[in-house]
Amino acid sequence: MDLFFTMLVPMTIALIALYAAGRRVDVYSALVKGAGSGLETLARIAPALIGLMTAVYMLRASGALELLAQALAPLMGRLGLSPELLPLMLVRPVSGSAALGVGAELISAYGPDSQLGRTAAVMLGSTETTFYTIAVYFGAVGITKTRYAVPAALCADLTGFLASAWAVRLCFG
Amino acid sequence: MTMTVIWTGMVALSVLCSLATGRGPAVASAAVEGASAAVELALSIAGMLCLWTGVMEVMRQSGLADKLSRLLFPVLRRLFPQAAKDPRIMDAVSANVSANLLGLGSAATPLGLEAARGLARSSPGVASDSLCMLVVCNTASIQLIPTTVASVRAAQGCAAPFDILPAVWLASALSVGVGITACKIFARIWR
Repeated sequence: MDLFFTMLVPMTIALIALYAAGRRVDVYSALVKGAGSGLETLARIAPALIGLMTAVYMLRASGALELLAQALAPLMGRLGLSPELLPLMLVRPVSGSAALGVGAELISAYGPDSQLGRTAAVMLGSTETTFYTIAVYFGAVGITKTRYAVPAALCADLTGFLASAWAVRLCFG
Repeated sequence: MTMTVIWTGMVALSVLCSLATGRGPAVASAAVEGASAAVELALSIAGMLCLWTGVMEVMRQSGLADKLSRLLFPVLRRLFPQAAKDPRIMDAVSANVSANLLGLGSAATPLGLEAARGLARSSPGVASDSLCMLVVCNTASIQLIPTTVASVRAAQGCAAPFDILPAVWLASALSVGVGITACKIFARIWR
């Protein structure tokens, strides 16, 4: 199983390259073009990361995060979540790069292979920037009566958070 | 504006809290550390992130997304009964969902908006059941390979950054499942 996940990345890349080459795609030009657009993405998220990670580092150093975690520990504990994950859950539906900043700080503070670091990573990987997406879609088509879209999307988000913690416990014990 | 409130609140709270707990100097150095840690993080994920967007572009040009989109068609027809009559809308819906699955975020949004415009035509100003379903499907993450978060884990010295994949799939599937179920239930009771 370990070998499978180690080889997953190189195998996926090789298979996609072979398939595309078979379909007469100029694989290398496409790769370089795509990598360039990755730099654009990075340039877009880096300033937000600087803003957010500064704020999160300050919050942690001030002791405010500990106080918040302590205050909400009973509630979070009942949901099967570590209280440290709360800031990530609060910011996740609002901003993708902010959530990445908060999540990256958690992953580096607790380690990528810790239970908490893994749960933060799975939360980031299994949820989306809900409010931003809703604003883009309904804004683009001029919808003002959104009916049940927001509550339904938040049900999905909450499930994603709870399921992340559960799935990490299930997969990594 | 939301982020302005959140960010200003975070910074103001840190300063207030540090004055109360006497951790002023720690907060002062944390501000500097946080900013440089962000740049380090951005640089350390750059390689893997760009490699993946490159591979995704190869995948897009190879037509793999179109193939997946055709595979999804029968399933999606059931989720979007209103749209099923109009093949152009259904094409956009399935292209949007397959782009999301493959993590082609920049391709998924224009396709999704095209589908949303088609779905909104029948009821201007009010979100129809199919439009709610489309939006909820887009607010749930169904990306098969979460490359950005794997890049972050790799940058923090993780030997197997993709070992979270089964957990991500499980959590995503449950989240999307609940989102779709919630839409179907709300559609009956919400007027």
